[in-house]
Amino acid sequence: MAEVRLEKLVKNYGAVGVVHGIDLTIAHNEFVVLVGPSGCGKSTTLRMIAGLEEITGGTISIGGRVVNELPPRARNISMVFQNYALYPHMTVKENLGFSLTIAKQKPAEIEKRVAEAAEILGLTPLLARTPAELSGGQRQRVAMGRAIVRHPDVFLFDEPLSNLDAKLRGQMRVEIKKLHQKVKTTIVYVTHDQVEAMTLADRIVIMRDGHIEQVGTPGDVFERPVNLFVASFIGSPPMNQIDAFAASDQGRRVAVLADGTRLALPAPAAARVSDGQALVVGFRAEAFSPMGHGLSGDAEIATVERDVILAEPLGTETLIFTEFGGKEVQGKMMNPRPVRPGERFSFNLDLSRLHVFDKASGRSVLA
Amino acid sequence: MERWWQRFLIRLGVFVTMAVICLPGLWVVMTAFRDNVEVMARPPVWIPAQWTLDNFRSLLGFSATQQGIPVARYFVNSIVISVTSTVLAVLIGMMGGYAFARYRFRFKKSAFLWLMLSRTVPGISLSLPVFIIWSRIGLIDTHIGVILVYLALNIPFTIWLIDGFFRQIPLSLSEAAQVDGCTRWQAFWKIEFPLAKSGIASAGIFAFLTSWNEFALSSQLTRTTASKTLPVGLMDFTAQFTVDWTGMCAMAVIIIVPALVLTFIVQKHLIAGLTFGGVKG
Repeated sequence: MAEVRLEKLVKNYGAVGVVHGIDLTIAHNEFVVLVGPSGCGKSTTLRMIAGLEEITGGTISIGGRVVNELPPRARNISMVFQNYALYPHMTVKENLGFSLTIAKQKPAEIEKRVAEAAEILGLTPLLARTPAELSGGQRQRVAMGRAIVRHPDVFLFDEPLSNLDAKLRGQMRVEIKKLHQKVKTTIVYVTHDQVEAMTLADRIVIMRDGHIEQVGTPGDVFERPVNLFVASFIGSPPMNQIDAFAASDQGRRVAVLADGTRLALPAPAAARVSDGQALVVGFRAEAFSPMGHGLSGDAEIATVERDVILAEPLGTETLIFTEFGGKEVQGKMMNPRPVRPGERFSFNLDLSRLHVFDKASGRSVLA
Repeated sequence: MERWWQRFLIRLGVFVTMAVICLPGLWVVMTAFRDNVEVMARPPVWIPAQWTLDNFRSLLGFSATQQGIPVARYFVNSIVISVTSTVLAVLIGMMGGYAFARYRFRFKKSAFLWLMLSRTVPGISLSLPVFIIWSRIGLIDTHIGVILVYLALNIPFTIWLIDGFFRQIPLSLSEAAQVDGCTRWQAFWKIEFPLAKSGIASAGIFAFLTSWNEFALSSQLTRTTASKTLPVGLMDFTAQFTVDWTGMCAMAVIIIVPALVLTFIVQKHLIAGLTFGGVKG
């Protein structure tokens, strides 16, 4: 069992705090992704788990054992680095077997486990090459192979795909997910790319400025962001956000937008706001579609007439930029047809999918 | 495409440059195998009419007519002094270079600056103070006295050169090795050292050649066969009114050969760019 537990974990560089006391428990065999903008402390957290960075305060335990003072080699972890960190003077085979050689395993055992890892990752024909003779994707796979030959308790991935081009990144994402299905192990994965986080993770940990903003399944953080930061960070395009204030209208709680539009708030949120409270109303592009191009008729809908500012065709859908509530917002047109700028549409807004945040604190009123 | 005359000009330029560099050396080598009469001949004799090993014989004391010069002693002195100072300079350079490249410590920048500034002082300008101090503490005419001076000359250079090579090796390689089960010490010897080998070899060869060829300081600090090095020994061939050119050139050949051999052995390892491919550039 290799549960990773972080308790009140703190990292300071001199007077500068990088990680401010985070708590996180990663279950055995769970795939957890730490995601956040650069400088949020996610890589530092990962490096502290690896033992490459001293911790200033708190505890880290792996499999029930506190590892605060243990060097990396005593933690039974593997790490895939952003720049791959392959040993340039060794062949692929030597790279893969290096950790076993250091651990003084029998040559036959090393041979077997290297062959096994090479097989899983399709590296068998490349074993005699040096890293310089490999393509980016192949190097990435060698780095992963080097991690799996050890049969570690925990895999750590530090932005492993950020050096690959977009197409290769997509392929490697799939390979990493397959790898996790084949080699059941606890994985902690760091990325700044929310798409990677959404597609790979069992649970996503969203970090900002050394704090954890939200922990949850991809569905959780997408559907129920606890604050404006998570709402804008997760999902592409980012969630539309419009300033408003709460009011009562014929016994219903509504949000009044800058242009006077009144949107009925969904029931749970309506109960938690008071009249006059400054709000931010958020909705995703999927919840805002030209009539007949997306939302089903039975949703509770507000309809507004708007002119198209810009359209971005994406094939199966088209993103439409328009103005709403004093802000530029994006809507999604399913089953698209060609759209001209300036064209007028009736947009349906799915009111049940409105997110309501307190403007002052930035927190979701449901959180 | 280069035109034929462009190529011709380039080759001519290379030829002239190489001739300017190589001819004196070639002249020294040929003179070492010449008869003494030919040296003074006018017009000069280019290719020796008769190649002879007499100069080497008399130099090494096998000749009946001339007294030998203690070349073997000088050779041993040179080897002891050069090898010791090179090995120490490389070892200290490795430690210092690694520390400057990898660790953060107080006064790092100023320490490095002072090391480099020490290179701006011409060694010879220190000869008088060094001579006075050495004579007070009894280091004149000893191996250790010369070795210490050569270390002082070489260490800033080896630290600087090796630091640069360690800097080129991404930190993540050492980290990966540590995650893979190495101690920091193992990570150094198995990963970082092999990758910096070419730099360390370069530092070694430079340090060796500096010590091997150095004349000015050792001519002050050595007195007798107890510590005189080969370049200082060359002066034995000048008398008040005469210079034994053939003997001197023969000895020069003896000085050049080990340096040449060593350079050829080490140059294999001077291949830069070995770190390519390990990490994304």
